[in-house]
Amino acid sequence: MGNWIINHGLTSFILVVWMGINIFLFVWFYFFYDLGDQFFYTRHILGSALAWARAPAAVLNFNCLLILLPVCRNLLSLLRGSFVCCGRTMRKQLDKNLSFHKLVAYMIGLMTAVHMIAHLLNVEWYNNSRQGVYDKLSTALSNLEDSDNTTYLNPIRTTDIIPTYFVFTTIAGLTGVIITLCLILIITSSMEVIRRSYFEVFWYTHHLFVIFFAGLVFHGAGRIVRSQNMDTIPPHNFTFCKDRSDDWGRIPECPIPQFRGGFPQTWMWVIGPMVLYLCERLLRFIRYMQAVRYRKIVMRPSKVLELQLVKNGFTMEVGQYVFLNCPAISQLEWHPFTMTSAPEEDFFSVHIRSAGDWTNKLISIMEQLPEGAQGPKMGVDGPFGTASEDVFDYEVAMLVGAGIGVTPFASILKSIWYKFKESNPKLRTRKIYFYWLCRETHAFEWFADLLQVLEKEMDERGMGDFLTYNLYLTGWDQNLHFHVHYRDTDVVTGLKQKTHYGRPIWDKEFEKVRKENPTSVVGTFLCGPEALAKVLEKKCAKYSDVDPRKTKFYFNKENF
Amino acid sequence: MGKIEWAMWANEQALASGLILLTGGIVGVAGQFRGWQFAAYGVAAGVFVCLLEYPRGKRSKGTSVARTGQYCFTVCVKAFGPLTRNYYVRAFLHAAICVPGGFMLATVLGCVCLGIASLIYLAAAIRGEHWEPILPRTETQRKPVPPSIKNPPSNPPPRPPPEMRRKRVDDLEGAAYDNPIPVTANEY
Repeated sequence: MGNWIINHGLTSFILVVWMGINIFLFVWFYFFYDLGDQFFYTRHILGSALAWARAPAAVLNFNCLLILLPVCRNLLSLLRGSFVCCGRTMRKQLDKNLSFHKLVAYMIGLMTAVHMIAHLLNVEWYNNSRQGVYDKLSTALSNLEDSDNTTYLNPIRTTDIIPTYFVFTTIAGLTGVIITLCLILIITSSMEVIRRSYFEVFWYTHHLFVIFFAGLVFHGAGRIVRSQNMDTIPPHNFTFCKDRSDDWGRIPECPIPQFRGGFPQTWMWVIGPMVLYLCERLLRFIRYMQAVRYRKIVMRPSKVLELQLVKNGFTMEVGQYVFLNCPAISQLEWHPFTMTSAPEEDFFSVHIRSAGDWTNKLISIMEQLPEGAQGPKMGVDGPFGTASEDVFDYEVAMLVGAGIGVTPFASILKSIWYKFKESNPKLRTRKIYFYWLCRETHAFEWFADLLQVLEKEMDERGMGDFLTYNLYLTGWDQNLHFHVHYRDTDVVTGLKQKTHYGRPIWDKEFEKVRKENPTSVVGTFLCGPEALAKVLEKKCAKYSDVDPRKTKFYFNKENF
Repeated sequence: MGKIEWAMWANEQALASGLILLTGGIVGVAGQFRGWQFAAYGVAAGVFVCLLEYPRGKRSKGTSVARTGQYCFTVCVKAFGPLTRNYYVRAFLHAAICVPGGFMLATVLGCVCLGIASLIYLAAAIRGEHWEPILPRTETQRKPVPPSIKNPPSNPPPRPPPEMRRKRVDDLEGAAYDNPIPVTANEY
């Protein structure tokens, strides 16, 4: 239970606060429109559909404000930098920005549906009232003219139109339809199936949000939500006058009621985030214009491209990622890559696997470059992500990297080794156990090379047992069997002694670590699937000893 | 944008349009709007479109993710053969279905969305895509066994490295290791 509070407490708290604000706004504005005196006459025609339309509108204002903020990644980086004092849990919340963006989007979708349905009813009832279908008061209200000494209540001014015509000839109606259409297109192209397979469709369609916000700001300009002006002299008391509509203007107690439209408020909510987002895109553009020099371009086995880049003023921490943009391939696409270099190096590197249109084109461009030439112009945005500096705090570290999750460990292992060589006091690690789990090592040969290089350097310093690593090939199929025995593959050359087939037996591993380190605090770090996280968490609890003199295991799950 | 299968997005858009058409129709009928007959049509058309579009088609490249419980819908849709397989038919069908929705405000949005879905389907059809049902894999689809498997193996199975295999009488507990492949007795 305590574990859950530490891991999820702050996230849950933020969600509760957000939901609380939504509910408050909904209820407040619902009762504002459902009980307010100035809307008595409006409600006479529309009933509670008025409140049902205005309450989601308020929630929509709030959420449209929020939706732009989580995608301002440079702003978030700035916040993260200034939160250094406030602890990692706070900073980790900033890494969940996309989940929050999606949640807010769902709320916008839901509220749009409610808002739209309520307004469908409103338009229909306004139209009916105009045509005299309802009671005497309703007809009298709808007949109020828009002239010098009278103001109208019913925005439908003529008796011979259909609701569709009204919607398409008012600002509110037209902008409403257009932005709802944009919203629907954005949502359908953001479905996981489309997003994962055809990222370009998702990304380009998502830019319809520009039209969405433009339409949203003008949506209320027509001021068709009308309320009674209660400050007329003499005042019009609706309780007394509602049954005397024939006498309006003829008796002193009941002058003709005056109405006015509500002041459009949406722009007040969204102007701030719109400006921030504009600054964000501007900043990305500026970063993109900054010169990035290629220090080295290496083609690794299995179509993996290593790029070593240098950029002025660029600093990074372990486990962070950058976004790369190559205008020669695509002007608008930015793709994220975890960095594989250590902060101690004077360059930063990424290893790019062939995994789609953009990466394949990049690799083919690089393959055709002459020796020693600079690569195509590259824009770099970042670094982003919470740094995983906890790794350095533990005397003994168990690092588990599964599949693609092994990439940030390249950065971590290199950094640990640099810190060790420089006797950096921040490094408390004395022993590392590294477990590399993957189905097959295809596309990760560069990582195997890295491990062997590190091992050789450690051997040379007589530090042979600083790093113990093992590779577990968890995918078994006939092909692998053939490769191992009938072909000399690069894959497991040199690692033959440390290669195991099948998953590690965690009980044995934890036993071994405990036996070899009887009095230490062991930090366990995982970058991999949720199922494995649960297993490791249990083992850490099982093998930790209450006795402070004995071994203790602490589990840290990182999403690098 | 080379490898996009437009049909996947058209399918999502059409399913959403069906739901919107259905919702608009329900509002129109429940509120007894003028022209509620069009709303009733919207309900029927919305349901039909949803049923038609719920089963996802198989992707020509890559893994297809089926929607929950779509198997029975797949069988129904497959039964119509070329009518549902061909995306030109779907494009024109959706274009035709959406038109009556434009006559009433409550269904206008569903009409426009379905129209857009129809255009995307047209793009898919022009690119030569067609609908394939996602069916559970049957035994006959497994790869044929390569011939070399019929001979007895010429190499021993993979074993843990020598230091683990060496007999350790002092530490019998640690000497035990689990076989990654289950060991069964010969059947003959």
